[in-house]
Amino acid sequence: MDGETSRTVRHRISTRVWHWMNVLSLAVMLMSGLMIFNAHPHLYWGGHGAQPDMPWFEIVSLQARGEVHVAGLSIDTTGFLGRWTDHTGVVRSRAFPEWVTLPSGYNLALARDWHLTFAWLFMSGLVAYLGRSLWNGHLRRDLLPSLAEASPAHLGRDILDHLRLRFPKGEAASRYNVLQKLAYLSVLVGLLPGMVLSGLAMSPAVLAGWPWLLVLFQGHASARSVHFISAALIVGFVLVHLAMVVLSGPIHGIRSMITGGRVGKGA
Amino acid sequence: MGNLLTRRGFLAGLSVSAPAVLAGCDRLGASSGFRQSFLSWGEWLNYRAHRLLFADSLAPEFSEAEMSPVFRTNGNTMAGDQVYRRHLAEGFANWRLEVGGMVAKPMRLSLAELKTREAKTQITEHSCVEGWTAIGKWTGVPLWSILNEAGIAPEARYIVFYCADDFRGTSYYESIDMVDAMHPQTILAYGMNGGDLPEKHGAPIRLRVERQLGYKQAKFVMRIEAVAALEQIGGGRGGYWEDAGRYAWYAGI
Repeated sequence: MDGETSRTVRHRISTRVWHWMNVLSLAVMLMSGLMIFNAHPHLYWGGHGAQPDMPWFEIVSLQARGEVHVAGLSIDTTGFLGRWTDHTGVVRSRAFPEWVTLPSGYNLALARDWHLTFAWLFMSGLVAYLGRSLWNGHLRRDLLPSLAEASPAHLGRDILDHLRLRFPKGEAASRYNVLQKLAYLSVLVGLLPGMVLSGLAMSPAVLAGWPWLLVLFQGHASARSVHFISAALIVGFVLVHLAMVVLSGPIHGIRSMITGGRVGKGA
Repeated sequence: MGNLLTRRGFLAGLSVSAPAVLAGCDRLGASSGFRQSFLSWGEWLNYRAHRLLFADSLAPEFSEAEMSPVFRTNGNTMAGDQVYRRHLAEGFANWRLEVGGMVAKPMRLSLAELKTREAKTQITEHSCVEGWTAIGKWTGVPLWSILNEAGIAPEARYIVFYCADDFRGTSYYESIDMVDAMHPQTILAYGMNGGDLPEKHGAPIRLRVERQLGYKQAKFVMRIEAVAALEQIGGGRGGYWEDAGRYAWYAGI
């Protein structure tokens, strides 16, 4: 296929619009979510979770330091988590610091307004995109690894290529490689829907209508833990994704996610 | 070299723009107009969607084995009101629940009278807006039966609960719509975990509206009133936390 005259684009308009919607909504939801977490910085497994139940994870503010307690370990996080200094020089005893929360000060009601409004934007985008990708074959054609790609030899080679920072060029760059496919697919059909469902499983009204959510997550307190872990995994995905964009040519990558990018022109 | 520069430029761009975006979002959220016209969409959509999909759904109920060993308190753990203190000291023998507003037959019900009515017991989950949850057993009178007995007017749209507790002199109150008010699991609870409702949990009665968050579960309820609008009550937003902290009135999540 002649790249110069091809009308095929690297990213469809639906992918591009959804991508930038997610940049916005995930940033807002992560930061407002961290503010909401600050209202009760303890996570539990099971149906109920409150003092004096035993949390498996918590950020505590002690007299002079902040600590993260997880799996029996105490980690000193003074200056970042639990106890930190705000931009006016005042020492705060709060879990997540002001520069990662929305709003920056403690305001649970406002953080919930941000979170729950953007949750609708995020959820609508996800449902529309997943529906369209199933319908037009994007999932099966572009994201589901082929049998050959899923072979250990191919996977191993792709992992080595990534570690050596050798990225596909030219025609091969117009397709997703197998690691990209697996990463995008697991985020698209696993992590992002899991984020929505574990969020819904924290609503007493939704639980009344869809009690199977309690079975799925093994309780309300567990759903809150899953929601938090999923958020951390999405942050991890975004960091790796950004690192890959930077390493493989950020201008080209960002331009093609805005304009679509012509296939065949290569990097 | 060119590539390195663009990489540096990209990272520098990120680190320069991020704080500016954060400050902008903070300012947007603080703007009353933006909050009212845009950030209220979540609450509006939640309310519509929940009413459309789950109007008659029952909140999950649990077994005794699943109950919290200790049910922590929410909100005020005592009410300082002098009249309330006297009732508490008298074991609520002379206390009356007032039922009024848009009803054909206003009522004053004693605790004993409430207890002679058909009771409902349910083990449900309490979800605090802060994120903690506790499972407890509640016994009380279904609100719908009281409202029917009082002859609620068809024009009534909300039930308001006036409480004996206060935050720095401002009385607690809450309100719910008729769907929640007539819901079979919405009860005026006088019993908790097999005993009388303790003071710290809102004696003599507290509202249990099981598909709602903790701050909707009004404690120390003295009077209930059927109304057509909430604007003239308290700060006009339908509840103490709605007025004082701009918490969502419907919430539900």
